Amino acid sequence: MHLEEWLYSLPLRLRSFFRPNQVDEEMKEELREHLEEQIAENIAKGMSPDHARRSALLALGGLAQVEQQCRDVHGRSMVRDFVQDLRYGFRQLHRSPGFSALAVLCLTLGIGTNAVVFSWVEGILFRPYPMVAHQERLFAVAGMVPGMRIDLLSWPDFLDLRRDCTLCQDAFVTSISSSTLNVGDHAEVTTGSIVSANYFDALGVHPVLGRGFEPSEDVGNNSQAVVVISYQMWRDRFKGDPQIIGKTQRLNNVLHTVIGVAPEGFYGTFVGRAMQFWVPVSMLKTFRNGGYVLEDRGARWIESYVRLKPGVTRAQAQQQISAIAARLQNDYPATNRQRGIAIWPLWQTPFNQARIVGPTLEVMVIVVAFVLLIACANVGNLLLVRSLVRVREMAVRLATGASRGRLLQQLLTEGLILSALGTAGGLLAAYWCRHLLVMLLHDGRELYLPGEIDWRVMAASAGICLMVTLIVGMVPAFQTRNLDVAGPLKAAGSVVGGRSTGWIRSGLVISQVCLSFILLVGAALLLESLQRIRNTSPGFSTTNVAVTGASLVAAGYDIPRAKVFYDELLHRLTGLPGIESVAYGRITPLGYGDFSSTPIAVDGFQASPNEQPVVEYNQVGPGYFTTLGIPLFSGREFARADDENAPLVAIVNRTMVMRYWGGQDPVGRRLQVKGHWVRIVGVVADSKYESVAEISRPFFYVPLRQDFDPEPDLYIRTNQPFESITSTVLREVDALDPNLALYQTITLQEQVNRAAAPQLVAVTLVSTLGGLALLLAAVGLYGVMSYSVAQSTRELGLRMALGADATNLLRLVISRALRLTTGGVVCGTVAALLLTRLLGQLLYKVSPHDPLVFGSALAVMAITALSASLLPAWRASRTDPARVLRD
Amino acid sequence: MSKPADLVQGTLDMLILKILALQPLNGWAISQRLKQISSDVLGVSDGSLYPALHKLEHRGWIRSQWKSSENNRRAKLYVLTPLGRKHLEKETANWSRISAAITGIVQLKEA
Repeated sequence: MHLEEWLYSLPLRLRSFFRPNQVDEEMKEELREHLEEQIAENIAKGMSPDHARRSALLALGGLAQVEQQCRDVHGRSMVRDFVQDLRYGFRQLHRSPGFSALAVLCLTLGIGTNAVVFSWVEGILFRPYPMVAHQERLFAVAGMVPGMRIDLLSWPDFLDLRRDCTLCQDAFVTSISSSTLNVGDHAEVTTGSIVSANYFDALGVHPVLGRGFEPSEDVGNNSQAVVVISYQMWRDRFKGDPQIIGKTQRLNNVLHTVIGVAPEGFYGTFVGRAMQFWVPVSMLKTFRNGGYVLEDRGARWIESYVRLKPGVTRAQAQQQISAIAARLQNDYPATNRQRGIAIWPLWQTPFNQARIVGPTLEVMVIVVAFVLLIACANVGNLLLVRSLVRVREMAVRLATGASRGRLLQQLLTEGLILSALGTAGGLLAAYWCRHLLVMLLHDGRELYLPGEIDWRVMAASAGICLMVTLIVGMVPAFQTRNLDVAGPLKAAGSVVGGRSTGWIRSGLVISQVCLSFILLVGAALLLESLQRIRNTSPGFSTTNVAVTGASLVAAGYDIPRAKVFYDELLHRLTGLPGIESVAYGRITPLGYGDFSSTPIAVDGFQASPNEQPVVEYNQVGPGYFTTLGIPLFSGREFARADDENAPLVAIVNRTMVMRYWGGQDPVGRRLQVKGHWVRIVGVVADSKYESVAEISRPFFYVPLRQDFDPEPDLYIRTNQPFESITSTVLREVDALDPNLALYQTITLQEQVNRAAAPQLVAVTLVSTLGGLALLLAAVGLYGVMSYSVAQSTRELGLRMALGADATNLLRLVISRALRLTTGGVVCGTVAALLLTRLLGQLLYKVSPHDPLVFGSALAVMAITALSASLLPAWRASRTDPARVLRD
Repeated sequence: MSKPADLVQGTLDMLILKILALQPLNGWAISQRLKQISSDVLGVSDGSLYPALHKLEHRGWIRSQWKSSENNRRAKLYVLTPLGRKHLEKETANWSRISAAITGIVQLKEA
């Protein structure tokens, strides 16, 4: 059937499929009409009414039979044909198991990689929170400071936002926290969230036992010691105790009453972690070391989300929220000056792991589309070879009355069988690979980044399946288009498929080479930038430094006790064999914590009128720069004497000196921090603070004692093996307070490696897929070359008989393979030059057009093409002219 | 099957298309014209007419529409489509060629 005919018949077929009764009625009416006319005519001829009727029915040849024949035309036969084709297709696949297995494997790879990446995108970016309804209407909320990245919100700001945002159906707060959990006689650290009381209601998640929080539980300071625990915790730690509600559990040394158990499969709302418990914001002081700040508009610690009302767009909501932020700026200039509030869709949530894996997944979506296309090209090629073999079969079917439409239907059905098997395999693969990202990102902490195979992923895979069916079914159909019935039947065994199929096959190979070349370039670029990240100095020495910390807040330490503890620990560790120096710092650079930030003022520096300079800083103890190996350019380090009773001091970095003092040594000058003037006592080198890839930025340090945090990290420079240091620290901490739990001890180098994790994941995934693509392309090239050698044995034999030697033939075949490869590489280079920009922020200090990278990709491609064509070429060179010509 | 045994495959289709090329008609009228034109020689039964019409419609060669006739009854009217006209022309040319050839052969044998 021609395309035009399909256009006409499709609506009719659809109609008879979806409205069978109506179609049937109309058909009966038409026949009834005919009968009545016939009867009328018969009566006019003089028959009795009875006779006239019988005669009319007779002329029609049986009403029921005619109706059935019409119904057949309406497409009942389509289903029958389909079943027949399906059976036939399976028989065909069964007959050549090698071909079938290879084709299904290719498609499984192609569709499977897509399904895996879709499931990740779905489960991590688009709908990251299982059991939460309508996640497309959830948006993350964060503060915006000009010239800086995003900031969090304070509780009073949040309350104002929730009250005034009329376009929001709901707004809720969650703040990740860890807790020491005492069960029986041992303590362990677990992760939970501090949430607003409306949390469960806003999410539409209802505890399976007990209740969620009540509005009153938002209020007060440590007044409401209640907790909702996860299903997992209930099952594992409380053995599924049905009487759990009302029992108490010690969290961070405070007795909490268990009021609810979250449903199974609910993991909270933090991409990357499975939450184990939820406590109301009134318990803030117990779970955050910042103390009780519910009434402090300047204390920003909240990660919050809004759920927009149905039909409200992000832009509308943002407009209203910006207006609210502007009002807050106006009403509270002291704390909210220049602070905006912005909302992001969940997949751009700025404060969880989505930020880390997002760019990688975006690239992966494109990469897997390429892999799919390559796989399709491969299967198309395989089918093409087979359709050449089956040309006789097709000719016989045409000769015995099959329409070309039926043949096409048959070919499409066979394509459908292949792609359906591939899709099934692909979904299975996706199911197995759900947790693969976590394994790749493994960073020593429990990560939870599952892929989600829901109906959307299923639907997308089904869509891909249909697309693949069309592609792989159409390729051989294209070939039968010009099939001449007589030809293949006449010359039994001769090979058909002249120049036109050769052209399709070459085209397929060229596109395969082209696509895999792009992937190769992408993988090489990522590899190169990972290498550069690894080789970039973070600005501090990463070797021989161990990082650890103790959970003092959880153990109930207040600030004076904590200060005493840290002094004693420092005292005990200093001078121990193998320990060169020890220091504290609030936030480890390249770690996960957020640095403090403050508006600053500098004598003699005039900021532009609308810009309030804001700079980030860290709180560090004496010996910090020595321990981390950050060079001191002028002035001095902090000393033990720079404590809460001494004058306020600060140390600034080089970029800050350049920006605010025009490069002149600022030691002895003053700097305004949080409204207080502090004296600058030193200048240190720039280093990397949040990511290795960042550009130099202003940064300064204040003494830990003058801006105290009860849980700083502890850095130990040592010349001892790492394990012995760990046990030394454990021993000393234990001697001071046996109830304290130490955080995991790692080396600073490991910390830096973890910071490169997104690149590492991207490199691993893209190069794996690039390798796969290369393999597929090689198989395709090999297939085409072996086939064309097998086809042209006569020609090769003739050439040999006429004096060509083996080398000539070898060169002939290889040069053809190289021509195809060159074509593909040229297309690939052009496309790659356009596409590699998409790698964007995954690239570090590598131009997306790096010639070295393109060159090495070219080398790999050339070697692959050579090896793929070597075997066919060798076979060609072994052609026996006598035998070939005799045959 | 829907095809009458003594009718060359495709001939009925061609006849229907030819009839509809002159004017749009309903099923009954087509059957009357068929009998009239072929003087009952081809022996097209009314029973094979309707499946053939529906098949042609599915192939896009003819189109149908419901019209109320003069005596205020609904009738299904068939109209030739441009696609059908093209097909008719091709078939007619084919037919003339084949029939001329066959006529030639038949006469040759008699001579």
